[in-house]
This record gives sequence, structure tokens and C-alpha cells, in this order.
Amino acid sequence: MAEMDTSSGGGHKKGPGVKKAKKLSTRVDLTPMVDLGFLLLTFFVFTTTMSQSTAMNMNEPKDDPNSQMKVKNSGAMTILLGKGNQVYYYYGQLMPETISQDFKSTTFKGIRELIAAKKNATPIDDLMYIIKSDEKSTFKNAIDILDEMTISAVPPGHYAEVDMTDVEKMLIKTTEQANGIQ
Amino acid sequence: MPKVKIPRKSTNIDMTAMCDVAFLLLSFFILATKQKPPEVLAVKTPTSVSSTAAPEKSILITLTKDGKVFLMLGDETKKNAIIDDFNTTRGLQLTGPELARLKKSEYIGMPVNKLKSVLNMQQEVPANLMEGIPTDSSNNELAYWFRSITNAYKGEDQRKLQEMILVKGDGEALYPIFKNVKQALKANEIFKFRIVTEGETVPVGSELYKTGKTEKK
Repeated sequence: MAEMDTSSGGGHKKGPGVKKAKKLSTRVDLTPMVDLGFLLLTFFVFTTTMSQSTAMNMNEPKDDPNSQMKVKNSGAMTILLGKGNQVYYYYGQLMPETISQDFKSTTFKGIRELIAAKKNATPIDDLMYIIKSDEKSTFKNAIDILDEMTISAVPPGHYAEVDMTDVEKMLIKTTEQANGIQ
Repeated sequence: MPKVKIPRKSTNIDMTAMCDVAFLLLSFFILATKQKPPEVLAVKTPTSVSSTAAPEKSILITLTKDGKVFLMLGDETKKNAIIDDFNTTRGLQLTGPELARLKKSEYIGMPVNKLKSVLNMQQEVPANLMEGIPTDSSNNELAYWFRSITNAYKGEDQRKLQEMILVKGDGEALYPIFKNVKQALKANEIFKFRIVTEGETVPVGSELYKTGKTEKK
């Protein structure tokens, strides 16, 4: 009877001395692929910035000349923002006699302590921070000082943004000239 | 004595599982990362300790470094109504195709008197060549835009509108521009709005840090 040749090897009959065709393994070395995978993974993880935009609330007062707020001199601290990230401040009201001593300058690093010190030294009802921004101060300064208020946990309603007076503008100008701020 | 044969184990490990994990994580991170929308107006926002996330849908006022003001109307449902209202209230007499083009544009950054000519240009004007919306006190066109916006949202929840108004400014933009923007909002009885900032950790030792809570409003 005829028989089908089912053996592999191109029709050769298996016999002594005939070499068996080597079976190739189907296993692939996955190590480089794993390497590549993790490399890409680390790359993407590191390059992704996890920055999420946050939103800061702003409440503006109504411009109403009839409801001017009265501020106690003892509880007021005026913070002025100038150019070159400079901060100027004074307590209460500027008196012509002692103007040079009262009007002081600092930076954003120093203002935090001053805000906190004023807050601790003043009864909360009298406390008022008056923020005035110069024409040359930046948006960042305006946000930073409001942020400082939040950081120092000054309750809302105890700080306000007010326009700068001419005397203050002049004072800032002279101080800037004296300190050589461009 | 017969030797005890310790079977030699192969040092080859099956890498398939590890490979699977690596690529699974890789694909997860790539898909989970939200692609930043291409920013036409490069703005580096200041930082704040605020922790509330900025809303997705917004009416965004952008202040660029060189002091230009742009307006982006992110609420698609109202965008057409706002632009139509602006067209009629300001008497721009824009034609149909011009209006369609304005509605299609991502942001508005042109003074009213130049709007028509810009819309008729063949090519789109790149953002850095746009003039921005004038905001000076004599001609605060942003205020007109906001009048149209408030008109469009009339009779709806005003709180929702307030939550949508965002001001995004470059840290180096000068203060007077921000003040003008505030004036434009105030002129339309908008007293509450939000400022887009980059998150920042609360400084250790500060009052806010001690109370152990970040701003919750």
C-alpha cells in the first residue's frame, strides 16, 4: 500500500546518519524591548510637567464715593509696589516731619514678616493693609502681594487696593534714585 | 557515595511579562497626559498658593508681556450671541462671512476700527502682530466687549458667569494694564473674577501653613 510521507526534512527518509533539521526556538529575547519600553516611560514621566493652572479669586469693591472706609491710623499699614520688585511701606499716615524715617523700603522676601508682625501687633478690627501699585510695578507684583495676604491669613476685607497719591509717587522716585534702581 | 545533583537552573527569565508592564505603563501615561493646547499667546503666569483649579470653560482675558490684551471666548454656546451683540451694539456692520470668520477665530485681539480690515485679509494675522484690544481709560474697548458678554448672559446665573471670567497675565506685564482690565470689568458691574496662576506650595512657617489649610473659597 502507498503511504504518505509525513516526516519533515524535504522528503528525505529518516535514517541513520541523516541530520535532523534544527528547530528554531520561537522565543525572542525581549530584554531590549523592555529596555526601550522603560526608557520611553521614564522619558515621558520626566518631561511631563505636572503644572496645573490654579485660579485665584479676586473681589473688587464697588467704586462708591459715599462709602469711604475709615481706617484707624494705628492699624493701617500702607504697602507700595515700585519697579524692580521693590516694596515700600509705612505705618499709619505719613507726617511731613518724619517722612524720611517712616517711609521704608524692603523686598518681597522681607514683606512677609512685616505683614505678620503688624497683624500680630494690631487688634483684628483695626487692621488694614493698603496696597498701592506704582505704574512701573508688574502684574506679578500685584498678584504676589495679594498672595502674601493669603499666606499671612489676613482676612478678606482687611486689605484693599488704592490709587497712589502724588506724594507717594515722588517718594518712590527719590528712593529709587537714591538706591539706584533701574 | 552517590553525588547529590543540584539541578542547574537557567538564568534566562521570561521577559514577556515585564515588557507588557512597561508598555502598559507607557501607553497609560501617554494617553492620560492631557496635551496642552497650543498656546498662541505665550504667557508666564505668576504663582500663588491658591489651590482651586482653573475652570476649563472660560472667558479668558490674556495680558501679554508687551501689554496687549486679548480676549478668548471659551463658551461655545454663547460665543455667537456675544459677537452678534457686539456687532449690533457697536455698529460694526460686519457682513456674514466676516462675522463667521470672527466667530471662528480663537481669540480677539484687534481694536474695533481695524476689525473689519483684519477679517478681510487673505491670511490670518499671527498673534504677535495683533495690536490687542485697547484698554486705556479714554477708549476702553474691553469694556464694550464685556457689555456684550453680560448682555449675552442676561437672565442666567450670574455666579456662573463670574466663575468663568479669568484673567491670565504675564508676570512682567505692567500694572496699569491690569488696572485697565479691572476697570473694564467694573464698568460692567463685574466685581468678582479670577486670576490664573501657577500653583505654589504654602511657605513653611507662615500663618496659612500653621492653620493647615489652603485657601478654600
